[in-house]
Amino acid sequence: MARIRPTKHPMPAQPPEERIKNFDEVTHGYSEDVAVQEALRCLQCKNPRCVEGCPVGIDIPGFILKIREKDFQGAIDILKDKNSLPAICGRVCPQEDQCEKLCIVGIKNEPVAIGRLERFAADWEARHSKAEVKPVEATGPKVAVVGSGPAGLTAAGELIKKGYRVTIFEAFHQPGGVLMYGIPEFRLPKAIVEREIEYLKKLGVDIQLNVVVGRTITLEELLTKEGYEAVFVGTGAGLPYFLNIPGENLNGVYSANEFLTRTNLMRAYQFPKWHTPIHIGKRVAVVGAGNVAMDAARTALRLGAEEVTIVYRRSEAEMPARKEEIEHAREEGVRFKLLTNPVEILGNEKGWVTGLRCIKMELGEPDASGRRRPVPIPGSEFEFPVDVVVVAVGQGPNPLIPRTTPGLETSKWGTIVADETGATSIPGVFAGGDVVTGAATVIKAMGAGKIAAEAIDKYIKSKQKEEK
Amino acid sequence: MNKIIERQDLATSLKKFVVEAPMIARRAQPGQFVMLRVHEQGERIPLTIADFDRERGTITLVAQEVGRTTRLLGRLNEGDYILDLLGPLGEPTAHPEGKNAVCIGGGVGIAPVYPEAKELHQKGYNVTSIIGARTSELLFFEEEMAAVSNELFVATDDGSKGHHGFVTDILQKLIDEGRPIDFVIAVGPIPMMKAVADLTRKYGIKTIVSLNSMMVDGTGMCGGCRVTVGGEVKFTCVDGPSFDAHLLDFDEQMRRLCMYREQEKMSEVDE
Ligand SMILES: Cc1cc2nc3c(=O)[nH]c(=O)nc-3n(C[C@H](O)[C@H](O)[C@H](O)COP(=O)(O)OP(=O)(O)OC[C@H]3O[C@@H](n4cnc5c(N)ncnc54)[C@H](O)[C@@H]3O)c2cc1C
Ligand code: SF4
Ligand code: FES
Repeated sequence: MARIRPTKHPMPAQPPEERIKNFDEVTHGYSEDVAVQEALRCLQCKNPRCVEGCPVGIDIPGFILKIREKDFQGAIDILKDKNSLPAICGRVCPQEDQCEKLCIVGIKNEPVAIGRLERFAADWEARHSKAEVKPVEATGPKVAVVGSGPAGLTAAGELIKKGYRVTIFEAFHQPGGVLMYGIPEFRLPKAIVEREIEYLKKLGVDIQLNVVVGRTITLEELLTKEGYEAVFVGTGAGLPYFLNIPGENLNGVYSANEFLTRTNLMRAYQFPKWHTPIHIGKRVAVVGAGNVAMDAARTALRLGAEEVTIVYRRSEAEMPARKEEIEHAREEGVRFKLLTNPVEILGNEKGWVTGLRCIKMELGEPDASGRRRPVPIPGSEFEFPVDVVVVAVGQGPNPLIPRTTPGLETSKWGTIVADETGATSIPGVFAGGDVVTGAATVIKAMGAGKIAAEAIDKYIKSKQKEEK
Repeated sequence: MNKIIERQDLATSLKKFVVEAPMIARRAQPGQFVMLRVHEQGERIPLTIADFDRERGTITLVAQEVGRTTRLLGRLNEGDYILDLLGPLGEPTAHPEGKNAVCIGGGVGIAPVYPEAKELHQKGYNVTSIIGARTSELLFFEEEMAAVSNELFVATDDGSKGHHGFVTDILQKLIDEGRPIDFVIAVGPIPMMKAVADLTRKYGIKTIVSLNSMMVDGTGMCGGCRVTVGGEVKFTCVDGPSFDAHLLDFDEQMRRLCMYREQEKMSEVDE
């Protein structure tokens, strides 16, 4: 075999100066030829390290081999055996911290572009597959799924395939969770998420929108009056954290959740055709450096902001966002003020944001997370002018369900306590995804939904046996 | 989709709707609200539940046409459907101690104060109500309020009905007469609620107000509805919408309500 190509085949993408003017997807995906070429970079290891890095254990060399053999349907079948949402995960998984991090090729060269290949196979299927989705003959007991993010969608899909009658309850007017309201169109086109939801509906999953469990109906009522044998709670981590610094309630300060929900779910970028407004600043500061912060910064640019700055108290190395997203943000002109911590949001007499007062930081001793703790440099305070501030410093679980469900155990961070199968302190109540782990990843939420579906199946079967 | 089974024009640009919503009616309590959307490209807005009938499975909403969504809602008729309706949201109003209550409703705020008065009345409180509007044409629920109050006072800014002046004038009079007042529930425009709070603070009378903050989700996931209460940041949609008027930062709330003034003008042009 010829010497291996040292780098991944590049991902075709819209040029940065073009893409900051639209909300269309940034990357286009591999062509068949390029996908096959990239698949040839895989060594087909006997002991594939990549699989160990995959939170759901996809047979990675297996699906890559199928791509190499141009059996694209075969590739997608292998992917779907473990991952029900490959078109989504291929786009948003942090592969560089998972499968690709451990890939053998990556020791000397760039790893195999596993994520890009996954996306390729999924997109190929969406374009070519003619298979009609047949509704499942679901006649088994009723199971309720609360929340329609990746955890809930996956649990629902697995459960209906086992013959359960599944109803999803979702608070929003549209299903999809963070995939719809958080992750922007230019990174994850909403049509892809809608396709997955359509698929579930065709299978026969009933989706009840505009139902807040804990308000419209309680978890307890679902299990008793409504006759559900079990409930899966996948309500995510939707509660935004703020900085608790002066000026945070000024007009022009948004949580990333609000900024992104207005833009993505409510399509404020098409205002006034769509009716939800958003305040677009000329100069925008985004506080934080995770995926959410990058998404907010890049969204602000596309809305028309002239200058967008990420403000982050640690250094480059600690930025939690995916590398690819940081690179994309840089290419698009997002500025970075690192080792910088906001101490006050400044405003004018009318109550609008005018600037951000920050203090410079340096890295001290490692903290509990193992990262070096940022400490303020005395006397280094400075101000810079901005008219919008987006706070993206993390989210926690919404307390509504725990508050209205006596006996449901939660941790001190407000997450629902569940064992490795998703079982909670209440028999018949299972939970998974961000509501259990705190803000994490799509693939982990999906994996948790799948495992919980198995556990729910076991739980109901053993209960039925006891009753006999 | 929830069907409108009754629609009534209370005044120009002030509409009452009775909507089929059995799930919401079943659990609704005074002080709670719903989020709704009436157009495929529409925004989500909160409206306080003005009444509910658990047996019939209906809730009553009163909307003043002030923005794009309320104008679109105003065009709906009996038999039409509300596209998305979510509720009941927020915490039910908690009542301070004592049996002597004064319920004050100003303008469209008469609608949300009605279920409060109704509940207190049913529970045997001594309810004195004061309702006010700019002019008599804009007054509504007079009979309804009278039916659930031991005594009802009316005020209009222009004197076209009842007392010529503000609801606070009447409240002041009641205090001056030495009537027993344990607490006040006031709902209306921010300046009215603030004036009530300033007045009752002097006399140490517990006062609850209900806010109609700007909202996106109404379930605690955006923080757009935040307010400062006693120096602490709260989310109106989950911690409220009722708050202790003496701890509330009304000026901040007023400012936040004006956040999209410019854009609202654009929407009007677009329609
Ligand atoms: C802006 C942003 C960017 C991200 N980027 C990435 C990325 O690139 N890669 C990655 O892997 N991960 C990313 N994540 C994280 C990822 O999206 C989450 O980990 C994942 O969506 C969690 O899934 P979930 O199913 O647990 O919950 P969610 O997706 O949060 O879904 C929960 C659903 O439950 C509903 N709900 C909540 N409470 C109730 C209730 N009481 N009753 C009824 N319904 C309720 C909510 O409305 C929501 O629809 C990102 C997150 C955000 C916010
Ligand atoms: S570790 Fe890399 S080279 Fe080996 S099988 Fe996995 S993707 Fe292929
Ligand atoms: S409306 Fe979003 S948190 Fe209250």
